[in-house]
Amino acid sequence: MGKTLLEKVWEAHTVRELPSGQTQLFIGLHLVHEVTSPQAFEMLREQGLRVLFPERTFATVDHIIPTDTRQRPYADPQAEGMMRAIERNCAEFGIRLFQASSGYQGIVHVLGPELGLTQPGMTVACGDSHTSTHGALGAVAFGIGTSQVRDVLATQCLAMQRPKVRRVVVDGCLARGVYAKDVILHIIRKLGVKGGVGYAYEYAGEVIECMSMEERMTVCNMSIEGGARLGYVNPDEKTFSYLRGREFAPKGEAFERAVRWWRSMASDPDARYDDEAHFRGEEIGPTVTWGINPGQAIAVDEAVPPPEAFPPDEREVAEEAYRYMGLRPGQPIRGMRIDVAFIGSCTNGRLSDLREAAKVARLGKVKPHVKALVVPGSESVARAAEAEGLHEIFRAAGFEWRMPGCSMCLAMNPDKLVDRQVCASSSNRNFKGRQGSPAGRTLLMSPAMVAAAAIAGEVVDVREILPA
Amino acid sequence: MAELIRIEKIVGRPVPLRGNDIDTDRIIPARFMKVVTFDGLGQYLFYDERFDGSGKPKGHVLDDPRFAAKGPRVAVVNKNFGCGSSREHAPQALLRWGIRALVGESFADIFFGNCMALGMPCVCASEADIAWLQQAIEEDPQQDCVVDLRSMRVEYRGRIIPVTMPEGFRRQLLEGTWDATRILLQAEDAIRQTAARLPYVRGFGAEVDS
Repeated sequence: MGKTLLEKVWEAHTVRELPSGQTQLFIGLHLVHEVTSPQAFEMLREQGLRVLFPERTFATVDHIIPTDTRQRPYADPQAEGMMRAIERNCAEFGIRLFQASSGYQGIVHVLGPELGLTQPGMTVACGDSHTSTHGALGAVAFGIGTSQVRDVLATQCLAMQRPKVRRVVVDGCLARGVYAKDVILHIIRKLGVKGGVGYAYEYAGEVIECMSMEERMTVCNMSIEGGARLGYVNPDEKTFSYLRGREFAPKGEAFERAVRWWRSMASDPDARYDDEAHFRGEEIGPTVTWGINPGQAIAVDEAVPPPEAFPPDEREVAEEAYRYMGLRPGQPIRGMRIDVAFIGSCTNGRLSDLREAAKVARLGKVKPHVKALVVPGSESVARAAEAEGLHEIFRAAGFEWRMPGCSMCLAMNPDKLVDRQVCASSSNRNFKGRQGSPAGRTLLMSPAMVAAAAIAGEVVDVREILPA
Repeated sequence: MAELIRIEKIVGRPVPLRGNDIDTDRIIPARFMKVVTFDGLGQYLFYDERFDGSGKPKGHVLDDPRFAAKGPRVAVVNKNFGCGSSREHAPQALLRWGIRALVGESFADIFFGNCMALGMPCVCASEADIAWLQQAIEEDPQQDCVVDLRSMRVEYRGRIIPVTMPEGFRRQLLEGTWDATRILLQAEDAIRQTAARLPYVRGFGAEVDS
């Protein structure tokens, strides 16, 4: 009987079985950011512990960092305090910090893959639920809480229960104007926001195989929105060529040896799965969320569904969503007026996302009533985008071109919605209040769809804008 | 070595927190996470559900005098509680508000693990039992709710409800080994041996192929 990638990685990283029945799992790469780490370092100090493998932890700043200035001290004294804390903690415990303006800084889940830190067959942990992103490279990557950040710092291990594996197969191909974001929104819509609890999602099928590494990252990124703590794609030639030459990837002969090991970690053809789900690429359209969780999504040409369209235990949340969003069942999502357009985040803040959005942005001007932001995912993404002139395209169309950070995905920095503003957003969560205003409303969609909404001033179908 | 704290039974006044898919952004909005300690997070628990823009209470159950009580508290929740962001600030805010155990239909994975790391058990009961429990609490909140991890039973107003929790987690609580750091560190030699076996830790040296 063959094994899944998850089983192979789990076995390779098992230190021991704990008396409780859990696994003591070695963590190959630990990523740290400023919001979920200060208390963990403080616990180390209180308990007199050191960092066991400081060379296996890397830190950056992304959540609270302003995107319009890098001037220190920050105007927000709390943000400045958090910044100082991570600087002090990294210096004291010997951890490499990718500081702002170093050329490396960025959203933690953009940075890991692009630096070649994330590699196939590794275990990756970070105090952030979107750590599932790194699964795109064939890593077993998952989010943890701050006490677990402390555990990884002190022991390079976690006490974990092995999840079940569901193979999520997307065959066929995607139509023009349909992107990786639409694929994952569609999967979550169909499998539900709690369908993945207790599972790892292994994404497979022709659509996933055809995707670029960055597109796979978008898909894996939102696994957690479907309840799956981790999602991954088996490593293939695309994975290996993506990693070749990256700063922290192995070099020369070591790279060739690495490829052989990475390949051996992929799921075997006869691996057994706990569950399978099948989709066709052709059935997926440009997808937009209309509600207050990422499963409340429809194709852009569909109407807001009635309560009867949901299983009984989702109807109450649907009713809550109608009220909060100011929408009625049967109402089209297309034509909904927007106030803000946000392109960025660990879901869709990479170079290929910005390219797709720029293709739309060059076709028009942002409507005067719309505030439109483009926030590259990292300093490296920003450099590459600027080298191609994407920033000029966005600026000419009326978008603001900002500096890297999480920005309006969760609004811990000054980029926030106001009152009941509606935001077309390429981020990952449309929870109530997520974008900084307790009454703010978020419509999740692909970067190209966000750019199209910015130009139209309302939700539109990007397929009607893109040249044939 | 820190003293082992065994968690076997929680007795406290219950509070029903109704709704499926309650995400951690709702439990603690991100703007309250710009802090370097967890102290004081209790006051921001469910802040935007409890208070309007001017800070005036909106009549949330947590502020309802009928449910006010001193001492440990037990939250009774529905499906997929704690989904979304991995922020430990959410269970920390619950803990600092007074919650010591959660009884629900189901919990999100990361949230569940974060609660475990704080020694705050999350146990699951059937939809029907949770519905009864929430209604019974709303009718008469001033009774103690007992969450017994030894017998895996919850008791309220004389009714016994069977509850579940993965055995490994239950044992950690009963044995007092839920604070994992020391347990993990006991195997320091094995940790180093595991690391030394991993090809990427060894820099993919020539021995990888052998």
